[in-house]
Amino acid sequence: MSDAVTALGAMEFSGPAVQVKEAPLRGMITVRGDLSGSAFAGAVRAATGCDMPQPREIVHGGDASVGWMSPDELLLLVPHDSTAAVVADLSRDLAGVHHLAVDVSDARAVLCVEGTGAREVLARLCPADLSPAALGPGELRRTRLAQIPAAFWIDPAGGITLVCFRSVARYTFDVVSDAANAAPVEFLPG
Amino acid sequence: MSIRLEQGGRLIDRNAPLDFTFDTKHFGGFAGDTLASALLANGQTVVNRSYKYHRPRGIMASGPEEPNALVGLGQGARFEPDQRATTTELFDGLAAMSQNAWPSLGFDMMAVNQWFSSMMPAGFYYKTFIWPRPFWKHVYEPIIRDAAASGLPPKEADADRYEHFYAFVDLLIVGGGIAGLQAALTAGQTGARVLLIEQTAHWGGRAPVDGAEIDGKLADVWISETLAVLAAMENVSLRSRCMGAGVYDHGYALGYERLTDHAPQVAGPRHRLWRIRAKQIVTATGAIERPLSFAGNDVPGVMLASAVRDYVVNFGVAPGHRTVVVTNNDDAYRTALALIDAGLEVPVVIDARDRNDGPLAREVMRRGVQVELGAAVMKVKGSKRVEGVMLCRANGTGGAGALVECDSVAMSGGWSPVVHLYSHCGGKLLWSEDHAHFYPDPSRPPLGADGLGFVRCAGIAAGAMGTRSVLADATAAALAAASAAGHTGAATPPVADDAEETPMTPVWIMPQQALPELRAKMFLDFQNDVKVSDVQLAAQEGFESVEHAKRYTTLGMANDQGKLSNINGLAILADSRGEKIPQVGTTTFRPPYQPISFGSIAGEARGEIFQPLRRTPMHDWHETQGAYWEPVGHWRRPYCYPKQGESHDAAVAREVLATRNSLGLLDASTLGKIVVKGPDAGRFLDMLYTNMMSTLKAGKCRYGLMCSENGFLSDDGVVARIDEETFLCHTTSGGADRIHGWMEDWLQCEWWDWKVYVANVTEQWGQIAVVGPNARKLLEKLGGLDVSKAALPFMGWVEGELAGVPVRVYRISFSGELSYEIAVSAGQAMALWSKLLVAGWEFGITPYGTEALHIMRAEKGFIMIGDETDGTVIPQDLGLGWAISKKKDDYLGKRAQQRSHMTDPNRWKLVGLETLDGSVLPDGAYAVGEGYNANGQRNTIGRVTSTYHSPTLGRGIAMGLVHHGPDRMGEVIRFAKVDGALIDARIVSPVFHDPDGEKQDV
Repeated sequence: MSDAVTALGAMEFSGPAVQVKEAPLRGMITVRGDLSGSAFAGAVRAATGCDMPQPREIVHGGDASVGWMSPDELLLLVPHDSTAAVVADLSRDLAGVHHLAVDVSDARAVLCVEGTGAREVLARLCPADLSPAALGPGELRRTRLAQIPAAFWIDPAGGITLVCFRSVARYTFDVVSDAANAAPVEFLPG
Repeated sequence: MSIRLEQGGRLIDRNAPLDFTFDTKHFGGFAGDTLASALLANGQTVVNRSYKYHRPRGIMASGPEEPNALVGLGQGARFEPDQRATTTELFDGLAAMSQNAWPSLGFDMMAVNQWFSSMMPAGFYYKTFIWPRPFWKHVYEPIIRDAAASGLPPKEADADRYEHFYAFVDLLIVGGGIAGLQAALTAGQTGARVLLIEQTAHWGGRAPVDGAEIDGKLADVWISETLAVLAAMENVSLRSRCMGAGVYDHGYALGYERLTDHAPQVAGPRHRLWRIRAKQIVTATGAIERPLSFAGNDVPGVMLASAVRDYVVNFGVAPGHRTVVVTNNDDAYRTALALIDAGLEVPVVIDARDRNDGPLAREVMRRGVQVELGAAVMKVKGSKRVEGVMLCRANGTGGAGALVECDSVAMSGGWSPVVHLYSHCGGKLLWSEDHAHFYPDPSRPPLGADGLGFVRCAGIAAGAMGTRSVLADATAAALAAASAAGHTGAATPPVADDAEETPMTPVWIMPQQALPELRAKMFLDFQNDVKVSDVQLAAQEGFESVEHAKRYTTLGMANDQGKLSNINGLAILADSRGEKIPQVGTTTFRPPYQPISFGSIAGEARGEIFQPLRRTPMHDWHETQGAYWEPVGHWRRPYCYPKQGESHDAAVAREVLATRNSLGLLDASTLGKIVVKGPDAGRFLDMLYTNMMSTLKAGKCRYGLMCSENGFLSDDGVVARIDEETFLCHTTSGGADRIHGWMEDWLQCEWWDWKVYVANVTEQWGQIAVVGPNARKLLEKLGGLDVSKAALPFMGWVEGELAGVPVRVYRISFSGELSYEIAVSAGQAMALWSKLLVAGWEFGITPYGTEALHIMRAEKGFIMIGDETDGTVIPQDLGLGWAISKKKDDYLGKRAQQRSHMTDPNRWKLVGLETLDGSVLPDGAYAVGEGYNANGQRNTIGRVTSTYHSPTLGRGIAMGLVHHGPDRMGEVIRFAKVDGALIDARIVSPVFHDPDGEKQDV
C-alpha cells in the first residue's frame, strides 16, 4: 500500500481569507442498509466507536466519523490503513443482515477549506445555507458545488471538510480556489 | 442647452474632477456624477439616434427607466454595449461611445427614415418584406438588422471575473428609499435576518430631492441616522449598487450587485449575482414617472419632470436655462420650484387640469411663474434640441397654438408604482382611478409552496403616495412579512405628513382631440420608436389583445421593457377600443428588471472551470505524452498518442498494429463499475439484462445487454460475479451515471421490496487493459499472480497482487486479442501503469487510445453503444439474439420486443461492409435503393454505423444496418457520398478478423 496517492498530491491554494488543501489519504466506506436495525447500529459502533447519526448528521469519535448520507446510506471515515479491516469487520458483524459495505476511499477526494472566509467560499458555489445557524458542528450537507455533487461538514476545529468524487477532484479544487481568490462578501460570519 | 450650475448638487464632489470621453470628445465631470449628468453638464444634448427613424434623442430620465441614453462602454475586452448613461457612475477615464448613428451623432444617414415615417407604420416590416419568402432571411433581414442595430456585440472575451453568492434570509427588502429603510428597521427590530438591497450607490431614494421631512428632520438627516442604526444591527445586511433583478417561485430572488463598474481599477469580481432564498420578500421599489404624449415629446431637451429635478438637486446640472413645465399633476410643480431655487427660468407651467389652487400651485404662482390651466403642449419646436413649445387648449385639436420660447421641457403624466418584481412571480394588479396607475393587489400576491403570499410591496410601490403613507405602509408591510417569517414585533412609523395635492387628471393624448399629423409625432416607446398613431393603427387592424398589439407594434419590447411606455400605450389601446384600461389588462413583467450581464449569469463557469473535466488516475501521464484528447461524457480519453511529427491516422495505425502484433496498453478507467449486492441481486440483474445473469458462477464474467422498457438497446458491458450475493456490472464510459440512476429508479420505485443495494464505484478503480499476444508474458514478468490459461481462462477473473499491487484481473477482450483488464485502486493505478510500461518495454509496449480501441473492436464485429445504437435499435437488429435469454419470463424490454414492428422482418439488420475498391465508407452514409419516396428523395436500404480503415487488413471496413442484410451476404450495394458519388460495397460478415476467436482464447 506504500505507493497509494491522493488525487491531487496534497495540492494547496491560499486566498485572502481562505486556505484550500487536499487532505491526506482517508479511509472511506459506503454502507447501505436498514439504519434503524439494532444489528446495524451495533456493527457501526463496533467498527468506528461512533453512534448512529441522525438524518443530516455526522458523528465524530476517536479517529473515525460516521456521516448520514441518505435514509439507507452511511459514509464511514476511518484511518486509511484500517479500511479493509473495517469492511471485513462490518461484513462479519452483519452476516445475515442485508447490507452493502464497500471501500470508496479511492473513489473520493477530500479537501480542507479553512479560514475566516470558508463559509463564504462555499456559499459562492453551493445553493445551501452556509450560516452557522443552518450549518453548525455535526451537520453534514450534501449539495451541489458549482456543477458537481459534493458533501461537506464543519470540523470540530472549525474548518470545512469537503468530499467530492475523485475524477472531479481537480475541478473541485479549481472552483473552490477560484472562489477563495476573492475578498470576503461580508454576509456570513467568519 | 444644458449646463453645470455654479452651486448645488448633493451627490457630487466638486473637489474631485474626473475626465471622460464621449465618442471623440473629451469632457470633465465630478465624482458622484452619473454619465448622464456629466453629459448634460457638458451640454451634450443629443446622445443617441432612435431605433427606427434615427431621430436625435437626448437624456429623458435619471434612472433605469431611461429609454434613449444607451452607450457602448469601455474598450476591447472590457467593451459592453447598451449601457444606460443614467445608471452608469462616472469614473476617471470612462470611455463611452454613442450607438445607432452612422456616420456620426450629428449627421446620421439613416435619419432619412423619419421623412418616410408615414410610410413606415406599425407592422411595416411584416407587411412589406413578406414576399418573396426567401428574401426575408437572406436579403431583407440582414439589411434591416444593420439599419436598426443598437449596440455592437463585444469582439473580445470578457476580461473581468464574476461570481455568484447564495444567501438565505428571513426577509429580502428590495429598494433602499425611505420605505425600504423603514421596512428594514422595522423588520430588523423583530430579530429577523434581513437583507436590504438598493440599485443605486445612494440610500434614501427620491425623498431628499422631493423635500420630504421625517420626524421633524430633513429626509437626508433621517436617512443617515437610520442607516447608522441599521449598520449596527447584526441581523441586517445592507447592499447598495445591488438591484433586485427578479423574483421567482418559492422565495427565490436574484440580486445583481455591481461591485467595480464604478471603480474599474479595484481588483475582484465585477458583478456578483446574489441567488437569494427569502422566506418573505418586501419590494420597496418606488415609482416611475410617466411621459406625456404630445407631438415632439422626443426632441432632445424634453425630459421627465422628476429627472429635471434630480439633475438640478443631485448633480447641480440644469437641463436648460428656460424650462417649460407641462403636467397633469402637482408633483411637477416641485420641479418648477427646484428650477427657480437654482436661479433658472420657468416661463410657464402648463397644467392640463382646469382648476388647481393647491399649495404647490399657489407657491409657484407666488414666485411669479405663469400657470396656464386647461392647457396643453400642441407640439415642440426644434429637431436636435428644444427651441420652444406651442401652447394650446387641453381639450382642443391643436390646430393653432401660441409659441413659448424655451430650451427645455419638463413633463409629468403621473406616477406608476414599480410593480415589476411583484408581478414576476404572478402577483396581480389593480387599477387606481385616482392616480391612473396599476398598483399591487394585496389579496392576490405571488404564492409560495404553502399557498400563502410571499411578496409584499411597501411604500409608493404599493400605491402609498405621500411621505406619511409611505412610512406607515412600509412599517406595516415589514411587520407582516417578519411575522410570516416567524418574527413578531411592534413598531410605530416615524412622524411625517402627506403633502396636500390637487388630484391628478389622466391625460393620454395632448391635446385631447389632436389631429393625425400631431399623433404621428407623439412617441410612446422612445426606445423602439412606437407612436400613438401606431398603436391606434394596430387597434384598427384588429390587434385587440394587449399582448398582440405589443408584439405587432413592438411597444414595450425594447430593453427598457416599456418602463415609460406601457401604461401610456395601454391607455391609447383601451381608448381605441372604447374600453377601460383595466379591461384591456396589462402585459406581464418578466425578470430581469433591467438587463444584467451575461458574465454574472455565468459566474465562475468560464475558462478552465467552464465545465467539470473528469480525469482518470493516468490523466496527467496522457497529457505529458501529448495525447490527442477525445471527450467521452465529461471525461477526456486519449484518442491516440501521436509521436513527434506523426499524423493521427499514422499514430492510430501504429497503435493497432503494435497491439495486434505484440502488446498494447489501454487506460480503461472510465468504464462504469457498479456493485450490485443482496439476496435478490441475481433476480434483479436478470430483469435488467436481456440474458441470464443469475446463473453466472462466482469468478466468472459474462457479457450482457440492457434495454429500455421500449426494447431499445441502452447499454452493454461485462458482468463479473464476485460472490453469491455480489455482482460487479461494467457499463459504457458515458453510461455509468445513467445506468446507476436507472438501477436506483427500479429499486426505489418499482421493486422496492427486493433486497438489493447498489453502489457506483467507477472512480474507486483504475482499469488498465493489457492487450496483445505478449500480454501474459508481461503479467508473468511482473509476478505475483498465476495468469495462465488454466488458472485464469477466458471470461474468468482472479484477485491477487501484481508486482506487489493488489489487483483484480478480468480475462476479457474487446479487441479479439489475448487481453487482461486489471482493476487497481485508483490511488495505485498510476504506479501500476508505470510498472507495466517499464516491464513491457522489451515487448515494445504501446499505449493506445480510443480510436485504436474502436478499430480493433470493429475488426472483430463488436458493437459500440452510440455507434451501432441510436435509441431506435434493438439487440435483434444487431444479430445479438444469442445474448437474449429465451428461458426468462421477463426482462426490461422483452414485451416491447414482441411488438409487431419490432419483429418485422423488414427491420434493417447489422452486417459487415467491404468497399470493392478498399476505400473507407463515409460515416453515416446511406445505401440507396430503387426509386424515389413521396418527397422525391432516393429510397434508402441501409446506413453505415461504424467505418474505419483497418490497419490489420489494410483496407476500409465498416458495419451497417441493411434491409434484409444478413440474407444478402456477398451482394454489392451502393452507398451515396455527400457529393453525390456512389461507392460499391459488398455485404459480408461483420467479423473481419479472427472469426473463430482463437487469438483471444489462448
